[in-house]
Amino acid sequence: MLKYNFDWSIVTSGKYFEWLVSGLKITLEISAIGIVLAFILGLLIAVMKMSHFRPLRWVASAYLEFFRNTPLLIQIFFWYFGSYKILPTVVNDYLNNTNFEFAAAVIALTIYTSAFIAEDIRSGILSIPKEQMEAARSAGFSYLRSMQYIILPQAVRITVPPLVNQFLNLMKNSSLAMTIGVMELTYQARQVESYSFKGFEAFTAATLVYLVLSVSLTALMDLYNKRVLNPQRS
Amino acid sequence: MDGMLDFQVILDNFTYFMIGRYPSGPLGGLGLTIYLAVVSCILSFFGGLILGLLSLSRIALIRYPVNMFINTLRGLPLLMVIFWMYFLLPALMGKTVPENNTVIMGLTLFTSAYMSQIVRAGIEGIPKGQVEAALSTGLKHWQAMLYIVLPQGMRNMIPSFVNQFVSLIKDTSLAFIVGVSELTHVGTQINNRTMAFPTEIFIFIAAVYFVLCFTFTSFSRWLEGRLAWRKAI
Repeated sequence: MLKYNFDWSIVTSGKYFEWLVSGLKITLEISAIGIVLAFILGLLIAVMKMSHFRPLRWVASAYLEFFRNTPLLIQIFFWYFGSYKILPTVVNDYLNNTNFEFAAAVIALTIYTSAFIAEDIRSGILSIPKEQMEAARSAGFSYLRSMQYIILPQAVRITVPPLVNQFLNLMKNSSLAMTIGVMELTYQARQVESYSFKGFEAFTAATLVYLVLSVSLTALMDLYNKRVLNPQRS
Repeated sequence: MDGMLDFQVILDNFTYFMIGRYPSGPLGGLGLTIYLAVVSCILSFFGGLILGLLSLSRIALIRYPVNMFINTLRGLPLLMVIFWMYFLLPALMGKTVPENNTVIMGLTLFTSAYMSQIVRAGIEGIPKGQVEAALSTGLKHWQAMLYIVLPQGMRNMIPSFVNQFVSLIKDTSLAFIVGVSELTHVGTQINNRTMAFPTEIFIFIAAVYFVLCFTFTSFSRWLEGRLAWRKAI
C-alpha cells in the first residue's frame, strides 16, 4: 500500500532519541509544576466560590467562566505575546530574565487547569452530605475544624481521581506549548520529522509515550477507585 | 506597563476577523471557526453514537478493539491526532488533502471518542428493566437499543453533547497549526502584520471565543435544569 521504508532505529537510539527524551523531560516538567500550581490556585478559587461573601463569589465565577470558555491556545498566545502591556514592569523584567517561553506556557496552563480543578474540588466538597457538617458542628467542632477534620479528609479522597484526570489533561494540553517554541515532546517529534523525514517513526514514538503515561495513570486510578473508594466491592 | 491599550486595530480589521477574505476569497476568521465546529460536531455525533454502541456490544471481538481505539484517542493530545491526520491522510488517499478536511477529520475522530463516552453513560443510565421489557415484547436486542433505550438515553445526553460542542469550538483553534485561516490564525496574522498590538488582538479574540462558548455553556445548563425538571414528574 505505502511505499515507505520504516526505520525504527532512528527513534530508539542516537541523536533523535535524545531529542525525544529531552522533549519528554520538558513535558513532564511543565506538567509537574503546572499541576502543583493549578491545584493551589484551584483550591483558592473553589474556596472563594463557596464563600459567603458575595463579591468573592462573583470574582470566582467570572474567573471560572472566562478561563473555561476560551481556548487554551489563545491564552498561551496572550501570555506569550500580549501580557507585557498589562503586567507591571517588575514582573516583565523578571520574566524576560527567565526562560520566557517556558514561563508563559506554565502560566497559561496553570490558570487554564486551575479553573477545571476548582470545579472538581468544589463538587468534591459539595458531595459530602450536609449532615456530616451538622453532626460535626453539634459535636462541638468549629466551622473550620469541621472542615479540617470531617469534610476535607472525605472530600480529598473523592477528588483524587478527577485530579489525576486533570493532570493527564494538563500533560496532553502541554503539547500546545510547542506553538510558542517550548521544546516539549510534540515539538521534538515535529523536529525529528523535519530533520529526518521519518514522520511515522517520530510520531509513533511520541504517541506511544503519551499513551504509556495516560494508560498507566488511568490504571492506577482504577485501582484507587476499587481499593480506596469502593473497598467493599472488590 | 507600556501605556494604554488601543483597540483601533480591531475596528480596522473587523470584517477580516469575522469572515476572512470572503466573499472575494475563501471563508476565514470566525465564520470558518464556526463552520469547522459545526461540521465536526455533526460528524462526531454520529461517530460517537456508533463507537458508543459498539463499545457496549455483547460480542467481545467488537467490544475490545473498539474500546482500545477509544482509549487510545482519549490518551492522546488533540494536536497529535491532527498531526497524524496531516501525515496519514495524504499517504492513505494517495493525494493531498485540503487542510480544512484534515482538521475536520482530526477533530471528528478525537471528539467521537469523547462523545462515545457520553453515549455510553447515557445508555448505562437507563434501567435494565427497560431492555428486559422490550425483549419480552419480542423486539430483538438491537431493536430494543435503537427504539427503546437510545431515545430515552438521548435526553440525558443532550446537555453533555452541547458541552462537547463548546470544547469543539475551543479545539478548532488548533487548526491554526496546520495553516487553516480560522479565527486564531487570522489573529496571529494580523498580529504579525501590525506588530504593536498583540495584547489588544488576543484580548479581542479571547472575548469573541468567550461570547460564543459561554452562550452554549449557559444553554447547556438551562437544558440540564429543564430536562431534570421534566424527569421529576
